[in-house]
Amino acid sequence: MSSNTTTLPRDGIARRLWQLAKDLLRLFVMLATTFLGLLAITFFIGRVVPIDPVLAIVGERATQEQYEAARHALGLDRPLIVQFLIYVKDAATGNFGTSLLTAKPVLEDIGRVFPATLELATLATILGVLLGVPTGVIAATRPGTLTDQIIRILGLVGYSMPVFWLGLMGLLIFYGELGWVGGPGRLDTFQEMMFESEVPRHTGMILIDSALAGAWDIFRNALSHIVLPAGVLAYYSMAYISRMTRSFMMNELSQEYVTTARVKGLPEWRVVWVHALGNTLVPLITVIALSYANLLEGSVLTETVFAWPGLGLYITNALMSADMAAVMGGTIIVGAAFILLNMASDILYRLIDPRARAAA
Amino acid sequence: MSGPFLTPLGRLSAWLTDPNPSSRLQARLGQAWLTWLRFSRNPLAMIGLGIILALVLMALFAPLLAPHDPLEQDLTRRLLPPLTPGHWLGTDEFGRDILSRIVHGSRITLTIVALVAVTAPVFGLLVGTVSGYFGGWVDAVLMRLTDIFLAFPRLILALALVAALGPGIENAILAIALTAWPPYARVARAETLTVRSADYIAAIRLAGASHGRIILGHVTPMCLPSVIIRVTLDMAGVILTAAGLGFLGLGAQPPLPEWGLMISSGRKFLFDQWWVATMPGLAIFIVSLGFNLLGDGLRDVLDPRSTSR
Repeated sequence: MSSNTTTLPRDGIARRLWQLAKDLLRLFVMLATTFLGLLAITFFIGRVVPIDPVLAIVGERATQEQYEAARHALGLDRPLIVQFLIYVKDAATGNFGTSLLTAKPVLEDIGRVFPATLELATLATILGVLLGVPTGVIAATRPGTLTDQIIRILGLVGYSMPVFWLGLMGLLIFYGELGWVGGPGRLDTFQEMMFESEVPRHTGMILIDSALAGAWDIFRNALSHIVLPAGVLAYYSMAYISRMTRSFMMNELSQEYVTTARVKGLPEWRVVWVHALGNTLVPLITVIALSYANLLEGSVLTETVFAWPGLGLYITNALMSADMAAVMGGTIIVGAAFILLNMASDILYRLIDPRARAAA
Repeated sequence: MSGPFLTPLGRLSAWLTDPNPSSRLQARLGQAWLTWLRFSRNPLAMIGLGIILALVLMALFAPLLAPHDPLEQDLTRRLLPPLTPGHWLGTDEFGRDILSRIVHGSRITLTIVALVAVTAPVFGLLVGTVSGYFGGWVDAVLMRLTDIFLAFPRLILALALVAALGPGIENAILAIALTAWPPYARVARAETLTVRSADYIAAIRLAGASHGRIILGHVTPMCLPSVIIRVTLDMAGVILTAAGLGFLGLGAQPPLPEWGLMISSGRKFLFDQWWVATMPGLAIFIVSLGFNLLGDGLRDVLDPRSTSR
């Protein structure tokens, strides 16, 4: 590739390809070191656990030989660095050990519970975007007015409320008092039985699977259960997205092209919602990806409150019973999802924004 | 310059706003006074400051303010509703006065906030200033480390740490502090990079100051305003994380009147005795709103880059 950098016509393409390859390599190295760091942290946390893993297996009354044999079988007599390399190899091949609680491989457990979390976080993000972007735009077009202040305070209130408490209050009012929504869990008992027996599993997300099977009773029931936890999570994502949208829009609206558009007589709604908003889409994607990643984490407390059988509830249940393999497996999966979402938003940003491409 | 007709307060104000201060102290106090004037014009920030001051006073005088002993049980008076004479916010499942528990709980909340606020930013400042000052491979290694911690979801990391160390309020504080430092390191590094090549740093170096002296005495003070704003804005998050750990049973242990723990025990009676879980949640909400309002206001005043109005 570098040989034809002297011939002018190909120069642009070759250099861009070379640049792309270098970027991808750098991204890969960064991804790899971040993952290694993640594993180093969980490995370290696993090492400081005051529970002796050997004793947990052989019991208090084991002889010295039995103890040593078990220690050898677990690989705990090897040097730390070797133990860490084995740990990395296991994690890379998806071997997170066996859960004490379910007696199944941790990865299998996570595969089973993850769709519930994904369904919740996705719906919450969609709601958060639908509410957050318009309120942010409206606030930016009327800075300093009462509308702007109300939107700002709504956001601050969102930032200040404990998510588990908001969930409990939602249950108290909309489920306990008003009876508008379904209670904890993903379905009522009867619909759950129907879902288990009648509906073929494609995605593990009840809303999608039941819609595909045309089981609208189950769909409606699932919707009545998900709307409250998704709404609670959406409030947080709305607060964040709305604040960021406002600041991006303030920035765009002060640009000269906005003045030009106004001067040539475009209607104001077109200037704001098409021209200015269009230019904020790129940074907004980053914000939305970040808020999606945060929701995966926020689901730990929300799922506990709503008895929502997802990854968050799995981790907290494992915590309660000192099931460290499951806790660490869940932690690594959430951490990995978090890292990948961050990276994905970064790549998208470079692909979409011509300025970032030019700067690279 | 102080005219004879001014009241003592007026004279103080004139001294503070004197355009030609005669001492370094006067200049500094004058600057602080002007900052305060700008800050006090922001009503939301003043509300935030009021809430935080009220919290501090409540924690200081908790035994005087609380009508009952927060741990005293009285099973004949259990689960009384709010507005019962003597128990204005009601009682919990052991007949303990909820108002007294919330008042005493402010001490726990404030302890957590204070301990995190004096550890995490200090560590972050150290990492950030060293990283920015030395540059090169020191910078590369320290910033990679910071990025790794930043990439990790904070609550999950705190959960895993507490799970490993064992539940308890000390471990909860440690876990929160260990997950809170990376943003400070980022902020401090950015500030350090802007002053590193300044003339005054070169002058001190030529005068023979050691690296440690330059970093501690001449670089760190420049980073403080941005770090302080971050600390204030972060404290709301610290309170929410601590409450979340308490709610999951990983933070403070019973019978301590920690607010998150109180919500967790009130959860069992949510539909019949709503107040047991509701009241401590309101306390958490008000206090973290206070920190958010204060941080927002501070950012508007102290941070010249912010253009929020």
